[in-house]
Amino acid sequence: MAKTYVSATINGESAEFLCETQQTLLDVLRDVIGLTGSKEGCGSGDCGACSVIVDDRLVCSCLMLGVEAEGKSITTIEGIANGDTLHPIQQKFLEYAALQCGFCTPGLIVATKALLDENPNPTETEARYWLAGNLCRCTGYDKVIRAVMDVAADMRGETVA
Amino acid sequence: MNYIDSSLKVVGTRPIRPDGVDKVTGRAVFAADTRASGMLWGKVLRSPHAHARIVSIDTTKAAALKGVFAVVSGVDFPEIASEEAFVGEGPMNFRDLSLNCMARDKVLYEGHALAAVAASTQAIADEALALIEVTYEVLPHVIDVEDAMAPGAPVLHADMFTSGVSPKPEKPSNIAKVVTFKKGDVEAGFKEADVIVEGSYTTQPVHQAYIEPHACLASYAPDGQVQIHTSTQGHFMVRAYTAKLLGISMSNIRVNPAEIGGGFGGKTLVYLEPVAVTLSRKSGRSVKMQMTREDVFRASGPTSGAAMTVKIGAKKDGTIVAAQQVLKFQAGAFPGSPIGPGCMCGFAMYDLPNVDVVGYDVVSNRPKVAAYRAPGAPITSFAVESLMDELAIKLGIDALTLREMNAAKNGTKTHYGPVHQNIGFTAVLDAVKSHPHWKSPLKEGHGRGLATGFWFNIGGESSAQVHVNEDGTVTAATGSPDIGGSRASIGMMVAEVLGVPATAVRTIVADTASIGFTFLTGGSRVTFATGMAATQAAEKVVEDLKRRAAQTWDIPVEAVEWKDGMAYPAGSNAGAFEPLDLAALALKAGRTGGPILAEVSVNAQGAGPGFGAHICDVSVDKETGHVKIERYTAIQDVGKAIHPSYVEGQIQGGAAQGIGWALSEEYIYNTKGQMENAGFLDYRVPVASDMPMIEAVLVEVPNPRHPFGARGVGEVPIIPPMAAIANAIRSATGLRMPDLPMSPPKIRAALDAAG
Repeated sequence: MAKTYVSATINGESAEFLCETQQTLLDVLRDVIGLTGSKEGCGSGDCGACSVIVDDRLVCSCLMLGVEAEGKSITTIEGIANGDTLHPIQQKFLEYAALQCGFCTPGLIVATKALLDENPNPTETEARYWLAGNLCRCTGYDKVIRAVMDVAADMRGETVA
Repeated sequence: MNYIDSSLKVVGTRPIRPDGVDKVTGRAVFAADTRASGMLWGKVLRSPHAHARIVSIDTTKAAALKGVFAVVSGVDFPEIASEEAFVGEGPMNFRDLSLNCMARDKVLYEGHALAAVAASTQAIADEALALIEVTYEVLPHVIDVEDAMAPGAPVLHADMFTSGVSPKPEKPSNIAKVVTFKKGDVEAGFKEADVIVEGSYTTQPVHQAYIEPHACLASYAPDGQVQIHTSTQGHFMVRAYTAKLLGISMSNIRVNPAEIGGGFGGKTLVYLEPVAVTLSRKSGRSVKMQMTREDVFRASGPTSGAAMTVKIGAKKDGTIVAAQQVLKFQAGAFPGSPIGPGCMCGFAMYDLPNVDVVGYDVVSNRPKVAAYRAPGAPITSFAVESLMDELAIKLGIDALTLREMNAAKNGTKTHYGPVHQNIGFTAVLDAVKSHPHWKSPLKEGHGRGLATGFWFNIGGESSAQVHVNEDGTVTAATGSPDIGGSRASIGMMVAEVLGVPATAVRTIVADTASIGFTFLTGGSRVTFATGMAATQAAEKVVEDLKRRAAQTWDIPVEAVEWKDGMAYPAGSNAGAFEPLDLAALALKAGRTGGPILAEVSVNAQGAGPGFGAHICDVSVDKETGHVKIERYTAIQDVGKAIHPSYVEGQIQGGAAQGIGWALSEEYIYNTKGQMENAGFLDYRVPVASDMPMIEAVLVEVPNPRHPFGARGVGEVPIIPPMAAIANAIRSATGLRMPDLPMSPPKIRAALDAAG
C-alpha cells in the first residue's frame, strides 16, 4: 500500500514521516517515530492514555489519523519537560504520589497541561470534569486531583496551605 | 531484627518513588513499548460463539497470505494432563489453563482463543485472521450461575463431576466443587435467637480493568532459548506456566518483567505468552502480541458474579448467636472461582459461636475468572454487611455498636479454623467512632452507610538482593513486579537498615535469571514478604560492613558499631578511628573480601490479617436513580505504613474500584451469550467526575511478625464499599438494594416498586 508523506512539528521539532492512511496518530507516534510514552489503553477514545495536544487542543491520538497531522504542532508526554527539568505538573504528580502503575500518567499529565493552558484557575469540579476522559484505575483520582489543584495554584504564583 | 519500637528516619516518610521520573516523562518501558529485531505481530482468532464444537479449522489461505510467517491452532499445542497447579493466585489446573490459552475441541465462551497468526504488520495479521475458515457446531450455552446449576443445563465439561460431595455424582454437571465450613451448631444457635434476619443477594462479574491491556514480546531462538518480555504480576509464574504448557525446561526460559500498567489480580495467569512463544518457534522470528480492550473484557479476568443467601440470628441485646450463608460463585468456563476465600471472609470480622457456610464453584460460558483484589471477599461481604445493617435496624441498635459488640478480637476462633492473632479490628472500629465523619450530622436528603471487611494477607516465598556498588551507593533488587509503589517501600526499608537516605538506594525488579524464586505480586504480600527478605539482606550487608571495618581497624567485630550509614568504634576502648562510610568501605572492598552484597530468600510466615471499615454518605436523585457519593472515609489497620502516601493510594484506589463495582460495573450479555459492553464507554469504571475525595485513615497496629510491623494493605479497601454504599442508600431512601450494580435503572425500578 502506498504510504503518505507527512510533515509536522512534534515536541517543537520538525518531523517528517511516511504512514499508511489507516494508521492512527498513536500508531505513528509509537511504531513509526518511536515515541512510546503515549499509551494505548482502549483504541476507542475512552481511556485518554494516548492524550496529546494538537495545535492547543487536547485529543486522543488513537482517534486521529497520522495523515491528519500534516502541518500540525503536536505535543506528547515526551515534550512536557524542559530538557532535564521536569514541568511543574510532573514534579507535583511525583510529590503527591499521584500515580501508582503509571500507565495512565502520561495521558493525565498531558491533559492537565491542556487544562491549565486553557483555564489556569479551575475549580475542583472543573478539574474533575476535564480529566473525566482520562481513566485511572489505581489511584481513585484523589491524589491526582490534589496534585492538579496544587500545581495550578503554584503556576498562578499562589501558595496553598 | 525488629524495628517496631525503634525511632525511624526513613520508614514512615514520603520520599519520591525511584521509578517516578520515568513514569511522568513517558520513559517507563511497558510491555507493549518493547521491540525486537525482525519482530512480527501476533494476533488471536477468538470465538464469536458462547459454546460450540470446533468441527474444523482451515488455515491454508491465511498461511498463504504474503507477510504471514506462522499460523497456529490447538494442534500446535501439547496435550496437557489434568494436574492441579500451585503457581499462581488461586486454584488452577494446568490442562484448563492450556485449553484457556488455545481451545482444542470446543470453544467455551465468546472470545475464547482458537487460532493465532504472526505477520509482518498488524494489518496483515488482521487480514490473515479473516482468512482462517472455522466450522462450528453451535451448542446451547448458559451464562448465569443459577441457570448453570439447574438440572438440564448445557454441560460445559463432560468429565466434570462435582467434588466435595459424597457419594460422587453419577452425572457430570457445571458444579465443579462444593465446599463447607462449620463451627458450633447453627440450628441450635438459631433456636436461641430473639431476632432472625435473612436476605438474598446477587453480584455481577466485574473486570479488574487495568488500563494497560495484556502484552508481551517473545523470542524462541534456534538453540531453544526463550526470552519473554511481558506485563505480569509474576514473571516466575509466567516462566512456570509457559514451561509446563509448552514442555520447555525452566532454565531455557528467561522472563523479563516490564513495567506493569495495573493488575489487581488480573495478571496472575498467562493468556498470550504461550501463544507468542509458539508463534515465534514456528516463524523463527520474535513475536509481539497485545490484546485489544475488547479482548481484555471478553477473554481475560473478570472476577466471579454470585448468587447468595445469608441468615443471621441474634439476641435482643445484639449478640449474634448463629450465622449461615450459601454462596454460588461463577467460575467462568473453567473451575476456580474464589469460593474458598468467599466462604471464609464473610463472617471473619465477627466472633460467632455457630456458623454454617456452603459454597459452590460453578462453570458457565463466560471467560475464566481471574483473581481480583481480595478474591471472593468483596462479594461475600456485600451480602453479610448488608444483612448486618438490616439486623441493626431491626434490633434498633446503631450499626457501629452492633459491630463492636460482635467484633473479632485476638483469640477469636474463626469458622474456617485459625484463631485470629495480632489483629486490629477493634482499633479500626474505635477510629470509626472518633472520626469527624461518623460524628457529623447527616445532611438533609443524604444517607450514611458503614461496612467492614477482612482479608487474610499472605506471605510466601521471596528473594531480595542488596548490593553496595563500587562507589558506595546501593542497589536493591527483588523478584516482585511493582504494581503500586513497592520499589519505594522496599528501598526505604533497606535504607533504614543501612542508615542512609531513601534516595541513596535504587530498587529494581530483577528478571527470572537474575534473582532467586519469588512468588507473584498478589495477596498483599510484597511489602510484607519481599520487604522482609530485603530487610534481612540489608542486615547481612551491615554485618559484613562491620566485619570489614573491624578488619581495617584490626579490632574485634564486636567493637564496631553501625550508625547512620557509617561504622564507628564502639566506645573509647575500641580505639580511636575515623568512622568509615559506605563509600570508604566500598573503596576497600577488594582488600576486605571482595564485592559487598547479600541475597536473602525467605518463605515469610505471619502476614498480619487486615481489617477495614468504610463510612459513606450518598444522595439519591429520585428522578434519574443516580447515586452520588457525597463523602467517603476509608479506615484501615495497615500495621505500619512504610510509605504512607502509597498506602493511602492503595486504600483510595481500592475504594474507587469498589464504588464502580457497587454502582456501575457489570458484564451485559445478549441472548446468544455474547458480551454487549466490551469497552470503556459501556463498561463504566469510575471517572474523576464520579468521585469525591476519599479520606484514607491509617490505623497502625504493628504486625509483630514483620521487622517494621507492616501488614498487607492493597486488598482490604475493595471489600467494604459495596455494602457501605448499599447501606447508605437504605439510609437515604429506605430501599434495600440486594443486587449489584445499584445502577440508575435498578434504583428507579426499586423506587417505583416502593411507590
